[in-house]
Amino acid sequence: MNIHEYQARDILREHGIPVPPGEVARTPEEAEEAARVYGGAVVVKAQVHAGGRGKAGGVKLASTPGEAREKAEGILGMEIKGITVRKVLVAPAEEIESEAYVGIVMDRANKCDTFMVSPEGGVDIEEVAATMPDRIKRVRVDPRYGVLPHQLAWMGHFLYEDGKVARQAAAIMGQLYQAYVASGATLAEINPLILNPAGEVRAIDAKMNIDDNALFRLPEIAALRDLDAENPAEIRARDAGLSYVQLDGNVGCCVNGAGLSMATMDLVKYYGGEPANFLDIGGSSNPDKVVTALELITEDENVRSILFNIFGGITRCDDVANGIVEATKRIDIDMPITIRLTGTNEELGVKILEEHGFEAMVDMDRAVETAVRRVAA
Amino acid sequence: MSVFIGEDTKLVVQGITGRDGSFHTRQMAEYGTDVVAGVTPGKGGRTFDDTIPVYDTVEEAVQEAGANTSVIYVPPRFAADAIFEAADAGVELIVCITEGIPVADMLRVLPYVREKGARLIGPNCPGLIVPGVCKVGILPGHIVLEGNVGVVSRSGTLTYEVIFQLTRAGIGQSACIGIGGDPLIGTNFIDCLEAFEADPGTAAIAMMGEIGGTDEQQAAEYVAKHMSKPVVGFIAGQTAPPGRRMGHAGAIISGSEGTAEEKMRSFRDNGIGVAERPADFVGLLQERM
Repeated sequence: MNIHEYQARDILREHGIPVPPGEVARTPEEAEEAARVYGGAVVVKAQVHAGGRGKAGGVKLASTPGEAREKAEGILGMEIKGITVRKVLVAPAEEIESEAYVGIVMDRANKCDTFMVSPEGGVDIEEVAATMPDRIKRVRVDPRYGVLPHQLAWMGHFLYEDGKVARQAAAIMGQLYQAYVASGATLAEINPLILNPAGEVRAIDAKMNIDDNALFRLPEIAALRDLDAENPAEIRARDAGLSYVQLDGNVGCCVNGAGLSMATMDLVKYYGGEPANFLDIGGSSNPDKVVTALELITEDENVRSILFNIFGGITRCDDVANGIVEATKRIDIDMPITIRLTGTNEELGVKILEEHGFEAMVDMDRAVETAVRRVAA
Repeated sequence: MSVFIGEDTKLVVQGITGRDGSFHTRQMAEYGTDVVAGVTPGKGGRTFDDTIPVYDTVEEAVQEAGANTSVIYVPPRFAADAIFEAADAGVELIVCITEGIPVADMLRVLPYVREKGARLIGPNCPGLIVPGVCKVGILPGHIVLEGNVGVVSRSGTLTYEVIFQLTRAGIGQSACIGIGGDPLIGTNFIDCLEAFEADPGTAAIAMMGEIGGTDEQQAAEYVAKHMSKPVVGFIAGQTAPPGRRMGHAGAIISGSEGTAEEKMRSFRDNGIGVAERPADFVGLLQERM
């Protein structure tokens, strides 16, 4: 799960990290009011689950309340990577001596949490890693002990020469680790971490990704989910226990299993088509899931051809067949449906489908090729 | 014939009285797996299907029934503790089917399991099968065929698909291992490749990876350095957009890392035959065997 910058800033603040104030605005008027209260120059920043906000024009400086209103007007409603911006963060512009980067990420390769810190802040850290690898320090955290004081001290001194400043940074990184663990995060970063002319270290921008699997025991974090910032079809899919990601193509895919779903999308492309979605109906064979799946696919205006690819293991072919029959009774479908069905209770499933005028195939390649061909029909 | 499991496997099912646990216990026993015990805390003393004793703890299952392998079908919030318990009880191989375990739990589980000298397969995996001998997990027994191709995969149904296509073409399998779709798993591709290289019953390997992480790239380098047997590989998610989780918690392209393109290139560079689609495994394996 992604959370917004302002939410991540709140979490960091709760863990004692010095984060300058900021106000969330949903309208240009609210942005103007926030700027008036702060006085002086402010930054207006799009709150959206997409990277590259700055490049997309989603971050603007405003020197007066009126200008803050104008900038907010421009940013609210704009689309960044297909997502509409509905909120902006208004924060006083800070005086900056230097910018650093600090982040923690769940490190798959090393099976631990790993800190990445760099005195080159305010830019894309992947770029720093590629062009100036010696300007990044990585510190692995042993999950049994958590981050150790000397590790924090090492990182502090890597970032800042001045001992006093390094100590502030070390404390912030310790608090960042606490926030990361307490929130079930898989990523927490401060970029930039700034040093101001008064010699104070401050967290200006924060980003956190949360492990979906940890949400069941973190209700206060789960409540941060912003449904306005997500695709409505994907929200419905999640509520129905389906895994769905909308894409741009026109072949709607309905598959059981994540790996097979991806392989099916890839095969659509292989045969010259474009997949409209990733959709995994999972291991259970509840016919209601199939109905919801077909609704999601048919509500996508780009879809011209529907493809089922079911490999029955735990999923029973007859249950899926019943779901397809049931769904086509409930929804009007005016496009071709191609069905591949094999595995557990295959004969039963094929029989059910044939009784209702559907043809079922056994071969995955043949079914995908047929579904792609039917787009043009 | 054995890769991780075989004729000596004595299985305890953790969560044997649950819906999934009971269904798959019967499937495994029917296939020929020696299921010696079940564990459900609070239900010790009962007998499952009049044949399998149920205990309150894994320790009892090991001491009284001689279990050396465990399979876990318990809900996510209890699964990490089930793994800790199995490792502490002296179980040698732990297969965790459960999907949805918090990654922070797995961070603590992995070093513990290693220190106890146990091997963990999964979590979020379909388990493994040695055709004609033994199965632990949920892989459907009727699609496999005895033979000499080792199959290893991060996926479930995609693995069934490839096994099914191999079997239809008359290519049998020495063992099929689903290592799991989570970002942190106990047994990775390299562990399985090493086991297949050492197994006299395996002549070639089919491996199915997917987007996310760098396990496949590391496995490819391992193949070039240490494998004498031919390997054919496939990567799912060639059309997946970056930054989106594709079902599996581990199937996500982070930044520019973990793309299908990068993994397939690494396969090619290290002498692994690249299947563009699942159906290509048959021809590529036949050419190399």
